[in-house]
Amino acid sequence: MKIKQISVFLENKKGRLYEALTAIAKEGVNIRALTIADTSDFGILRMIVNNPELAKKALEEAGFTTKITSVIAVGVKDQPGGLAEVLKILYEGDINVEYLYAFVEKSGEEAIVVLRTDNLDKTVNLLQQAGVKLFSSTDIESL
Amino acid sequence: MYWNKDMETLSKEKLRELQLERLKRIVRYAYERVPYYRKNFDAIGLKPEDIKTLEDIRYIPFTSKADLREVYPFGMFAVPMSEIMEIHSSSGTTGKPVVMGYTKADLEVWKEVMARSLVMMGVTKEDIIQIAYGYGLFTGGLGFHYGALAVGATIVPASAGNTRRQIELMQDFGTTVLCCTPSYALYLAEYAQDEMGIDPSSLKLKAGSFGAEMWTEEMRKEIEKRFGLKAYNVYGLTEIIGPGVAHECQLQKGLHLQEDHFYPEIIDPETGEVLPEGQKGELVLTTLTKEGVPMLRFRTRDITAFIPGECACGRTFIRIERITGRSDDMIKVRGVMLFPYQIEKAILEVQGVEPHYQIILTRPHHLDEIEVQVEVSKEVFSDEVKSLEALRKKLEKRIEEAVGIRVKVTLVEPKSLPRSEGKAKRVIDKRGLN
Ligand SMILES: [Zn+2]
Repeated sequence: MKIKQISVFLENKKGRLYEALTAIAKEGVNIRALTIADTSDFGILRMIVNNPELAKKALEEAGFTTKITSVIAVGVKDQPGGLAEVLKILYEGDINVEYLYAFVEKSGEEAIVVLRTDNLDKTVNLLQQAGVKLFSSTDIESL
Repeated sequence: MYWNKDMETLSKEKLRELQLERLKRIVRYAYERVPYYRKNFDAIGLKPEDIKTLEDIRYIPFTSKADLREVYPFGMFAVPMSEIMEIHSSSGTTGKPVVMGYTKADLEVWKEVMARSLVMMGVTKEDIIQIAYGYGLFTGGLGFHYGALAVGATIVPASAGNTRRQIELMQDFGTTVLCCTPSYALYLAEYAQDEMGIDPSSLKLKAGSFGAEMWTEEMRKEIEKRFGLKAYNVYGLTEIIGPGVAHECQLQKGLHLQEDHFYPEIIDPETGEVLPEGQKGELVLTTLTKEGVPMLRFRTRDITAFIPGECACGRTFIRIERITGRSDDMIKVRGVMLFPYQIEKAILEVQGVEPHYQIILTRPHHLDEIEVQVEVSKEVFSDEVKSLEALRKKLEKRIEEAVGIRVKVTLVEPKSLPRSEGKAKRVIDKRGLN
């Protein structure tokens, strides 16, 4: 139940984010979730899109360095403490979260959170055992 | 084994005496016969008789390749054309070529220094020597040819190119000595193996003299392994005489420079100051005996250093290190000399892929700063900030180890660095020094 995320290397230079987003918009790719991690010199743009392969192709043609990585999309109750419940499971399972960010849209009453941990397979198992909803690639495409 | 034992093992004092006597003579000769030198001397009020010691050579203005181009074709000639027996020319990739004329005596000197070079690497009259340097205006082919004639070895004047035939000749004739550029030697080995199914180490080659381009110790090891021969460094340039200015002896610890005919200095390429022995800098050469086109303090642009101490082979002539760079490529940061290729090699070691990079020099607070921008390729890109940061730190550390000063590494997007004619402009100097 892992989904694909596309990561893009960005220089901290005016207009580069805009250019990256334009490149994929031209191909009709929809962004479901997005975040930027940055340092003083460079940043990494991470996105969940409806068509990662097409996005990768468009970005590379525009001269960007990209990478497709696996992450998990978790359904979190849209109420106080919703996310904390999920993190508690991971903490007790001795799993480190590398990063997380949220989807723009909700799925019914649930918010969708993207998770990357130091052990994705174990994370999937633990969350499924705890009855947490995980989204598949097909789920994401049909959102 | 020496070609000219008396000269090659001459004591230092005797050698200095001989050099001084020859220097005084060539300076007067050049001043009297070549308007270019006369003009330069007169401009600073220098007279030939002001040169009283070898150290006084530093008062003489430098001669550059550009100076030689300006007087194309025969402006530097010191004798009438009837005295010139042969003409050579260095190819002009930029601007006009440089033309050199050799008198009968010059050709004798060339033959002498090339014979010494070949004997230095163990060539005898029993050897079959294949000369795969180009014959023609380029000095490589004929220089080796004259030396081999003197030694009495059997010459195979193959000239450059026609790789299959080169290998056939080596195999059928039993060539024992190969002379060509080091990159061509490697190509020959590869071609023999891959295209002809011939193991290059099965050939009879025992030694090779390689030069006319920059090469490394790693290449030497590779050539030696492939062919099962001993690979020697040869150094020379058309402006001075051609190959034969310096050559390695069988100890392979630097190139003996033929000091009775060529007077070497190593200078700081920026200031023109003569550097102390052992320090790396630009090689400057003065021809002590050349009649056709005497060269006073010619700036070779080649970076090397004198190797202090005596060589176990018994030759007293000073040794130079293999050429490690061109002064045009040199960057001086906080007094430290460095070359883009050192940085390139360091990045390659860390990344494992051919790097695209640019070096940016600034002087924000009266102190030089050096920044190396490295393009993040697909191969090294990681989704995580901490691994990119680790990569950046590793690059900084490895480059610092390679060049000896701290640098700042910045990761940049691919193709964000300018590329001109396939080769990127590697160094941007924003220090405003010029
Ligand atoms: Zn020696």
